[in-house]
Amino acid sequence: MSAAAGRPKAGSAPPGGSGEVQDASVGAPVREWPLWEVFVRSKAGLDHKHCGSLHAADAKLAIQLARDVYTRRQEGVSVWVVRSDQIVASDPGDKAAFFDPMADKVYRHPTFYELPKSVDHM
Amino acid sequence: MAATNSASITVSGDLSVQYLLRIGDTCLIQAQRLGEWSGHAPLVEEDIALSNTALDLIGQARGVLTRAGQIEARQGGQGHDEDQLAFRRDERDYRNLTIVELPRGDFAATMLRTAMLATFFKLLWQRLADSADAELAAIAGKAVKEARYHQEHAADWVVRLGDGTPESTARMKAAIDWLWPYTAEIFESDAVDEHAAAEHLGPRWSDLQDDWRAELAAIAAEAGLALPADRPFRSTGKAGRHSEHLGYILAEMQHLQRAFPGGVW
Repeated sequence: MSAAAGRPKAGSAPPGGSGEVQDASVGAPVREWPLWEVFVRSKAGLDHKHCGSLHAADAKLAIQLARDVYTRRQEGVSVWVVRSDQIVASDPGDKAAFFDPMADKVYRHPTFYELPKSVDHM
Repeated sequence: MAATNSASITVSGDLSVQYLLRIGDTCLIQAQRLGEWSGHAPLVEEDIALSNTALDLIGQARGVLTRAGQIEARQGGQGHDEDQLAFRRDERDYRNLTIVELPRGDFAATMLRTAMLATFFKLLWQRLADSADAELAAIAGKAVKEARYHQEHAADWVVRLGDGTPESTARMKAAIDWLWPYTAEIFESDAVDEHAAAEHLGPRWSDLQDDWRAELAAIAAEAGLALPADRPFRSTGKAGRHSEHLGYILAEMQHLQRAFPGGVW
């Protein structure tokens, strides 16, 4: 929590004083807060979709800030957050080996079926 | 839109109108103070959160001030709209609690004040949702959800800072010592409260004191902070007798409408 309090100039915090922002000139927080990825479900029945990231000290604050940063205009009914460093990602260098072989296998796609009109969100 | 006139207005002393002005003005001035953090908060996410809170409060102020003007008209008064009430009243006609006009202080003081106010407003909106005035009840039904979130977010910060580093703890203690004496005014009931209770417009604010104290005590306990002893000092913003700070807020807030009466985006 050391980052939260900032580092004030000595004697700059008179309660009721000018309210100068405490540490703008003294430097950045001692330690960056961890980054969190934010996923928002826009309505019941749909998937949570990644919509961005934010910094927060812990999970509870991350959820609150996700609400403030990403769901201000009724975008969602549910929010997930996950520490960015907990996500395991594929290596961009493996892109060719991972993904290119799929390009010419059209039979893997269910594109030869007609979906009834009443089926949404497939 | 409002008449193109920048002269100050005076507002009906009707007790229902006064009750609503206390609510609307407190929301409005608190929003103005929170708005000062825009672009200055310690981190961008919190900057947005503070602006959100301010905008919620402005929305509440708009609803309540509009209703105050309607009731004023119904009682045979002039019936001012929300813009006239916000931008053309002088300091002595503002009815906000003194605590919201005090300078915004540091982040600890801002969060403590927001937690104190949001706790009070949550309790007030809960009661106002059953008001005999259907308009006010509708405003309250929406506002109580907003106040609940404001309280949760701000109270979490009080706990984080109060139970944080030596620096953050010292700042939160200083904020409590500074702000606590101004909370007594909230629960000083008078003829306006008695009238509101008798008319089933809303509760006496003193009726909310026990619940408010219990919630504040729980937040303070979690933060490892002690609440100061009560003192005889009473601020008097609700009666229109303000600290030196309100005039500066109004000068900034009202300047544009006074200089360009009726101006719109």
